[in-house]
Amino acid sequence: MNLTRQLARLGRGVLGAVAATGRVALFAADTVSHALRPPFYGREFLLAVLQIGWLSLPVVGLTALFTGAALALQIYAGGARFNAESVVPSIVAIGMTRELGPVLGGLMVAARVASSIAAELGTMKVTEQIDALVTLSTNPLKYLAVPRVAAATLTVPVLVAVGDSIGIMGGWLVGVNRLGFNSATYLRNTAEFLEAWDVGSGLIKGAVFGFIVAVMGCYHGMHSGRGAMGVGAATKSAVVGASVLILAANYLLTEVFFSA
Amino acid sequence: MIELLGVHKAFGTNRVLRGVDLRVTRGTSMVIIGGSGTGKSVLLKCILGLERPEAGLIRVAGEDARRAAREAFLARFGMLFQGGALFDSLPVWQNVAFRLLRGAMKRPRDAARAVAIEKLRRVGLGPEVAELYPAELSGGMQKRVGLARAIAAEPEIIFFDEPTTGLDPIMAGVINELIREIVVEMGATAMTITHDMRTVRAVADTVAMLHEGTIRWAGSVAEMDATPDPYVHQFIHGLGQGPIAAVR
Ligand SMILES: Nc1ncnc2c1ncn2[C@@H]1O[C@H](COP(=O)(O)OP(=O)(O)OP(=O)(O)O)[C@@H](O)[C@H]1O
Ligand SMILES: [Mg+2]
Repeated sequence: MNLTRQLARLGRGVLGAVAATGRVALFAADTVSHALRPPFYGREFLLAVLQIGWLSLPVVGLTALFTGAALALQIYAGGARFNAESVVPSIVAIGMTRELGPVLGGLMVAARVASSIAAELGTMKVTEQIDALVTLSTNPLKYLAVPRVAAATLTVPVLVAVGDSIGIMGGWLVGVNRLGFNSATYLRNTAEFLEAWDVGSGLIKGAVFGFIVAVMGCYHGMHSGRGAMGVGAATKSAVVGASVLILAANYLLTEVFFSA
Repeated sequence: MIELLGVHKAFGTNRVLRGVDLRVTRGTSMVIIGGSGTGKSVLLKCILGLERPEAGLIRVAGEDARRAAREAFLARFGMLFQGGALFDSLPVWQNVAFRLLRGAMKRPRDAARAVAIEKLRRVGLGPEVAELYPAELSGGMQKRVGLARAIAAEPEIIFFDEPTTGLDPIMAGVINELIREIVVEMGATAMTITHDMRTVRAVADTVAMLHEGTIRWAGSVAEMDATPDPYVHQFIHGLGQGPIAAVR
């Protein structure tokens, strides 16, 4: 008796999770299909680019700077065990561009952007602003979700590219100032060993992560529960959901890109 | 113009509307009264398609509301929400002119702004509030901006959810006159929810009372004053004693 109840609870949980996944997927598909059809809201798109892209630069830049610096120290220490200290520049560059740039950038954007989108749209939902949009013949998905999702998908790769460069610079700073590398040699090594695909794969990851962040923010915001508690819960779900999905997507993409 | 037949709407176990039948003639003003939480706001949202009723038929100008092309259907409506529902990311004038700045009714920014200023004037707000953001306004001012937005595109059908709550008596009088004017001059069809008996008398052609999920009573204002219905009598005179339990 007790066992069946436990099983039933487990089943409900699983079904709920599957249903939620389906709803998010449908929402994402809906958003994409609306993004391809007019009307387009250019002003909202530009505002979202400013909010999501430009204003995330400091966080992403600082994250990358410290990560690149720490990475250089670690690789130097690890490399010393094999008398291979000279790999520091190339491994820092590869590590930043393929993995750490996109993943940490994505997670920082998730923290900053998914939360603010979810809180903003959640508040709009709770105060009936989304209903008001509908009565003013404006599709909320088109007006609210499409500009944000488009902006995030397009700007996060740029953020990742900036983060990559700053991360490599962080490694270079530590390499030259603390580890005794010659500046010119360090830079030459970086440039020589880095392949276009290392950077390109990271930028694609960035686009996917940006899409995930904005979709999770919009979905949870627009389906927020009632009241301040509803908005709080929506914000939390958006950040947690976006972060987990980013890490899962990162594994899958890495598998697709690099498993030979 | 608007016809409701057997409309049912529940939220979980809370059966809010339990078979609402209502008919509003074109170019007339109907006022809906009823206790707090009886589902008046939900009723308007059902007509607009913001809430999906489980059963019943809603027709607007003879057309089934669920089958209508959403865009064209909603273009006929203006709605003042109970809480204002102003877009807090936009300044006041862009809120009022929202419909005129995008979509099918789009016009040049200057023209849209001029309309917004004129509508704001009609609800007793000067041009100085046009550039403010909704969060910088008092509750009553927000309500009036919401009203200006509802009438900005001169819709055929206008819903006012408690247009005068939170306003001082003089401003409430101005708004009552404005609603009356909109119906008489523009020939609009209006549905107004209110708890304010002054509003009922000032704007109603017909009055309907919602109670326990159905239309308990409907008729003209004169009929309302004369009706022997104890529910209506208790409500319009605000009596603590009567068939409607005040303390539950
Ligand atoms: N989105 C919703 N989810 C759950 N319940 C709701 C929702 N909207 C309304 N309700 C419930 O429906 C009932 C009617 O609400 P409604 O807002 O229509 O009342 P009202 O008649 O407009 O009251 P008031 O005069 O106080 O504005 C209430 O019991 C409310 O709790
Ligand atoms: Mg209400």
